[in-house]
Amino acid sequence: MAAVANSIFTPATAARFDKLATIYPLKRSALVPMLLYAQDEVGYVSDEVVAELAVRLDLLELDVRGVLSYYSMLRTVPAGKYNVQVCTNISCMLRGGFELLDHCKHKLGIGHKGVTADGLFSLEEVECIGACCWAPAVQVNYDFHENLTPAKMDAVLADYAAGKGKNEPPSPSIGSAAPEAK
Amino acid sequence: MPTLVSHPDEVKVISRRFGMGAKDIEKYIELDGYKAVQQGIEQGPAWIVDTMKASGLRGRGGAGFPTGMKWSFVPKVSEKPKYVLVNGDESEPGTCKDHVIFLEDPHAVIEGTMIAGLAIGAKMGFIYLRGEYRYLLNIVEKAVAEAYAKGFLGKNIFGKEGVDFDIITQTGAGAYEVGEESALMESLEGKRGVPRIKPPFPAVVGLYGGPTVINNAETIANAPHILLMGGEAYAKLGTERNGGTRLFGISGHVNKPGVYELPMGYSLRDAIYKVAGGIPGGKALKAVVPGGASCPVLKADEIDVGLDFDQMAKAGTMLGSGGIVVLDETVSIVEFALRTIRFYQHESCGWCIPCREGTDWLKKTLTRFHAGGGNKKDIDNIQYLAENMMGRTFCPLGDAAAMPTLGFIKKFRGEFEEYLAGARVENPLIQITTIGETELAAH
Ligand SMILES: Cc1cc2nc3c(=O)[nH]c(=O)nc-3n(C[C@H](O)[C@H](O)[C@H](O)COP(=O)(O)O)c2cc1C
Ligand code: SF4
Ligand code: FES
Repeated sequence: MAAVANSIFTPATAARFDKLATIYPLKRSALVPMLLYAQDEVGYVSDEVVAELAVRLDLLELDVRGVLSYYSMLRTVPAGKYNVQVCTNISCMLRGGFELLDHCKHKLGIGHKGVTADGLFSLEEVECIGACCWAPAVQVNYDFHENLTPAKMDAVLADYAAGKGKNEPPSPSIGSAAPEAK
Repeated sequence: MPTLVSHPDEVKVISRRFGMGAKDIEKYIELDGYKAVQQGIEQGPAWIVDTMKASGLRGRGGAGFPTGMKWSFVPKVSEKPKYVLVNGDESEPGTCKDHVIFLEDPHAVIEGTMIAGLAIGAKMGFIYLRGEYRYLLNIVEKAVAEAYAKGFLGKNIFGKEGVDFDIITQTGAGAYEVGEESALMESLEGKRGVPRIKPPFPAVVGLYGGPTVINNAETIANAPHILLMGGEAYAKLGTERNGGTRLFGISGHVNKPGVYELPMGYSLRDAIYKVAGGIPGGKALKAVVPGGASCPVLKADEIDVGLDFDQMAKAGTMLGSGGIVVLDETVSIVEFALRTIRFYQHESCGWCIPCREGTDWLKKTLTRFHAGGGNKKDIDNIQYLAENMMGRTFCPLGDAAAMPTLGFIKKFRGEFEEYLAGARVENPLIQITTIGETELAAH
């Protein structure tokens, strides 16, 4: 039986969340992954997401919000369909990270945390994304793009705009084949 | 996708299977995979710990703590379950080595986790990856599922009655501080990544209150190789008290940036000029940040030093995470210092005042200084602030912010003074466009 009646998530995600709540020594351990996976589906962590996760994990909404506000990838307002995250940290900075960020600002006509009017793109300046040896690096949603120049960046953006971006679906098998319910 | 690089001076232990399709379990097995863990089951925990001790392996997460010793601290008998925790939060600027391990050899991390579990008597391990590494999480999860399907994970692994081991993979959601070991445990327990007071240390009271070994992903992935080749053989590859090899990520102003596996003690000069191909455009070297953003900077005339924990400490800096960031002569240290402190200010969890306020004031002062509104007292104030953060915080993030700042001020004070007098580099790296400033203010 489903853990929550009238879940706001798709049946597949709801079923994954049912399982995710059972695999840890403590149920609450599922909170951070659930918040991120919920955001993947809904686009942001809405009030409805907070309410449902609180029920699922026997927490207060306040507990969920406390955790939500800590992690930089989680957001409470929608981003663009393609969230362009430009790293300007040290290794990228040395190889043109700021130039790339500036280029994106002009190209998209939006600033840090802005969303284009058509909702297609949003832009974020981010800290090191672990691609320093292939700098400057950008993440569009979960896809890495490396060794970029402004011209290459234009091509990347054009691909996404034309629906031809990488955009591998973020499909976690959640908790992997991990232990069965205890 | 990261480009794999190679150089004749490399000694390939942990990177032995890179580029060979080892993320597929059949290929991994063909390349001696899952042999070490079975040997570990046969020989028992004491043998594993002794071999790890003999290897001289020191933690690759940054602090360089001897791994065998860490494993031996876990109490043999415990009422609460014990756990192995693999730290794949990899967020130290300049560091991208674990990225390549997860991508090229995920089974080595899984096998290493099992070996650590056998050594300490744990039946469950967690592999925690930073949230940004979703594509790598997918790879690791697939590898874990393959291992379950083969009967290498779960109950009675490898057909051995009573030997059980489970692995749970976990994603973070964006936070450098969660890489700190106790903050990682908080995150895994579904909380904010605020660290815990130590003692008690994780080996005694860790995850869910049970004894826990936490290791960096590279440390863990070394374990199977060490068991197979023998502790002494691994130790011999490196220098005294610094066994083996390690992955160095060389980035910034070099011709061939990349992740290279070099023996411990390898010359920093050669790493930059031979392995990474020197500096583009024949420019001169200005400085090197040798082990991730938190390590004090080395000047161009300080690079004749061996890359191991002890030699770097002697040189007044740290080997850290192995992320070597190279700066050519065109870089403004004022700009570089500002970008560095901006990172730490952003990532401070805010629990203790010296770190929360210190990073904020350092950032404010450096921002104003960089914008041209500095005054003479600022330089001393920056130093004073950083000195007063050192050793006065709950976790090492405060030091991690203060140490590089002190390095920049002490070694490049002249450059700060010239900046004050109006000197500027030809091509500033930080560009600030005001588009969206109002939106920025709202967040
Ligand atoms: C602010 C901060 C961030 C850290 N980030 C990481 C990290 O991303 N990955 C990591 O392995 N260790 C990180 N560490 C070090 C861990 O606390 C811990 O020492 C390490 O995971 C132990 O593993 P090792 O002994 O194998 O090095 C960090 C430490 C601090 C203080
Ligand atoms: S030093 Fe900084 S990150 Fe660490 S506990 Fe204190 S405020 Fe948090
Ligand atoms: S500094 Fe940009 S990815 Fe690490």
